[in-house]
Amino acid sequence: MTAPLTPDSEDALCDVVRAAAAAATPLRIVGGGTRSGIGRPVAAATPVSTAGLSGVTLYEPGAMTLIAKAGTPLAEIEALLATERQYLAFEPMDHRPLLGSNGTPTVGGVVSANVSGPRRLRAGACRDFLLGLRFVDGHGRLVKNGGRVMKNVTGLDLGKLLCGAYGTLGIVTEVALKTLPRPERAATLVFDGLTDAQAVALFCKALGTPFEVSGAAFVDGRALLRIEGLTDQVGYRIDRLTQLLERPDRTVIKGADHTRLWDDVRDVRTFADSTGSVWRLSVKATDAPAITSALQQSLGAQTVLDWGGGLIWARLPQDAPAAAGAHIRQILAPLGGHATLIRAGADLRAETDVFQPEPAPLAGLSAGLRARFDPQNILNPGLMAV
Amino acid sequence: MSTIVMPVPDAEVIERKDQIVAALCAALPAETVISDAFETRAYECDALTAYRCPPLAVVLPRTTEEVAIALKICHDMGVNVVPRGAGTSLAGGSLPTADSVIIGTARLRDTLEIDYDNRFIRVQTGVTNLSVTGTVEEDGFFYAPDPSSQLACAIAGNIAMNSGGAHCLKYGVTTNNLLGVRMVLVTGEIVTLGGAHMDAPGLDLLGVICGSEGQLAIVTEATLRILPKPEGARPVMIGFDDAEVAGDCVARIIKSGVLPVAIEYMDRPCIRVVENYAKAGYPLCEALLIVEVEGSEAEIADQLDRITALAEPLGPVEIRVSKSAEESAAIWKGRKSAFGAMGQINDYMCLDGTVPVSALQFTLKRIGELAIEHQMEVANVFHAGDGNMHPLILFDANKPGDLERAEAFGAAILGVCVDVGGCLTGEHGVGIEKRDLMIRQFSPDDLEAQMQVKDVFDPHWILNPAKVFPLAASAARRQRQH
Repeated sequence: MTAPLTPDSEDALCDVVRAAAAAATPLRIVGGGTRSGIGRPVAAATPVSTAGLSGVTLYEPGAMTLIAKAGTPLAEIEALLATERQYLAFEPMDHRPLLGSNGTPTVGGVVSANVSGPRRLRAGACRDFLLGLRFVDGHGRLVKNGGRVMKNVTGLDLGKLLCGAYGTLGIVTEVALKTLPRPERAATLVFDGLTDAQAVALFCKALGTPFEVSGAAFVDGRALLRIEGLTDQVGYRIDRLTQLLERPDRTVIKGADHTRLWDDVRDVRTFADSTGSVWRLSVKATDAPAITSALQQSLGAQTVLDWGGGLIWARLPQDAPAAAGAHIRQILAPLGGHATLIRAGADLRAETDVFQPEPAPLAGLSAGLRARFDPQNILNPGLMAV
Repeated sequence: MSTIVMPVPDAEVIERKDQIVAALCAALPAETVISDAFETRAYECDALTAYRCPPLAVVLPRTTEEVAIALKICHDMGVNVVPRGAGTSLAGGSLPTADSVIIGTARLRDTLEIDYDNRFIRVQTGVTNLSVTGTVEEDGFFYAPDPSSQLACAIAGNIAMNSGGAHCLKYGVTTNNLLGVRMVLVTGEIVTLGGAHMDAPGLDLLGVICGSEGQLAIVTEATLRILPKPEGARPVMIGFDDAEVAGDCVARIIKSGVLPVAIEYMDRPCIRVVENYAKAGYPLCEALLIVEVEGSEAEIADQLDRITALAEPLGPVEIRVSKSAEESAAIWKGRKSAFGAMGQINDYMCLDGTVPVSALQFTLKRIGELAIEHQMEVANVFHAGDGNMHPLILFDANKPGDLERAEAFGAAILGVCVDVGGCLTGEHGVGIEKRDLMIRQFSPDDLEAQMQVKDVFDPHWILNPAKVFPLAASAARRQRQH
């Protein structure tokens, strides 16, 4: 493989992109490389790394604001926030266990893929914590949008567009994120022996209470409800929820086991070290039981629920037909929601719509945006849409 | 005359008024089209009342399909369209021009779906912000964004401006609570973005629609996240004789791990006016904080104890912890009447620049210095937890030149906000008010990137032109329209 270009400044990156645009040379954008297996394979492209753009440039805990260059390792940011008892509340998933990838996740990669975790349910997604960013578009122009303040409606919100665009609209060079105080205490109620439908019904009930459930997942037949907050709050809320749900048989997990439990949910550990493709479905929570049942029966899928049922992870057997993706989308069609192929070999990803195909008018808008931000189609070409 | 200029209306379009109105009337029920010069006067301005201009005509459709018909006719006839919610924009976001047709959401007032299991409500966008909470509150839910105008403002405008409110420190602004929309593109095509699920399938188009100030499409339906109501809420009021110490107190509270739902701030000029008006019993001091927390009784007590323990060593002139609903109401009474109280004694211009919380004190000091320089009076009342300033510049609309002086002072204040790392507007939007100040915050390339998004959604720039982007920057695009 070609050694990646590693510009060490935004100006140098602009030069790289301008030259590539002039020569119509496709670029493959590389952060830590841990999520490079997501999306359609980017053909014969020159890798450009953000490794030369690294470091936290500002951290003000009292303003709940952190600014970091795109190549900054996520671990470095999390360690820094921990010194002030703060964190990234959207709980970004580490894709390495699921994808079997190596490398070091970077904050630019997290933003470019809008990576969130179980707490997305209550706190919001990565895109909700993105205060502003800087990026180099396909013309080689440096663009800034948003800022570093908590409330900002000045102009169009391009941050939302870039967040989750997998580099196809621009190469993110710096991000400003909102941080939050870490909860003092956390505990999880565990309910065994439930069906998918029972678990989702339990989640709906719990999430309709004011007890700020910050995680609701169903893994390996166990329903998990996470409570976080100030020290006294957690005990009180556990008691109230137990009463309300009328499930005195629940068990409670806390302490070090608790952190590992939710790291495993976040990273979909259940499907690590396994074979077969993995799909990620975003649905209305109460539709989840019907969908998982269809996936299990027609495709032999194994499923995990997160976000109270709103997020379904589905692992298909290795011998699943190549048309399984189309079948999954047929199941979703009458209900709404969408499916993304997260883990699969390059061949399958090349011949499948990795991202949900959009209706014509929306596909036209997305294509129009790509054509404006990247007219030469050089930024991760084909990764999201052909 | 005031200083914000609107483009010269297109005489050719105005000349075709009868033809345009006839086309609208032929395709739409008669009661949805307003073209009488007397009646269109009712739509000549929004809440930025210094700027007025009746539109060519007003269309108030009853369905998304009627919005689509109206928009397609205007598009095909090359007529500019100004989308309008309830017309409460403080930034001139829905100010018409003489050559434009208003398409308003006033008759789109249905609640379409309430789903407590999945915690969302789907409404037509003409409903008011407060009515959304009103619809679900008996069942123990609420809609979190709460702009001050919530009694009157429409969800359509909330989406256009990405509205915030006092409680967004904890709950976020509109974009964080908007799950999906149904909207009409300039061509009249009806499309749906998002829904009851929690993220986008591809590019996050919903994210750029929210806050786009009517530049990209007309949103007719919205799926909004609703939340279970907290068990209770109570504020503590803390007065300081030193603005810097008050700012320090805000930062300490945030750092401590207690996350209040609101931290409101009033300065001395504001406290004085509010006390005269509402008799809330505030101490007359340099800075007054109202900090509200939520939870069960025990949780509230715990959080208020922590906050008072942080504040006490800073030597406040008064700490008043609310112990009852009545005491809470009394503490909030002054803050909630601040704008009304100010309006009783003066005309005022309300800015909403946002600064990093760490720069609050410096910004307040600079605003004070600029007031002396500009020989204007200013009172400050704002959301301190998120740095969203609301300087109220006092002026006399009947005094020639006073509005212009107020605008010049306002521009200087917003310049300070940008210089300390903040932005021109935290929740009101750019509209016409801050349109030409955008170059203080954005480079030509930054603006070009935003304008090319509009190019994609609205290639002929017929939707709300001459707003948001500096006139000079958008001139070529607006002129190529016909």
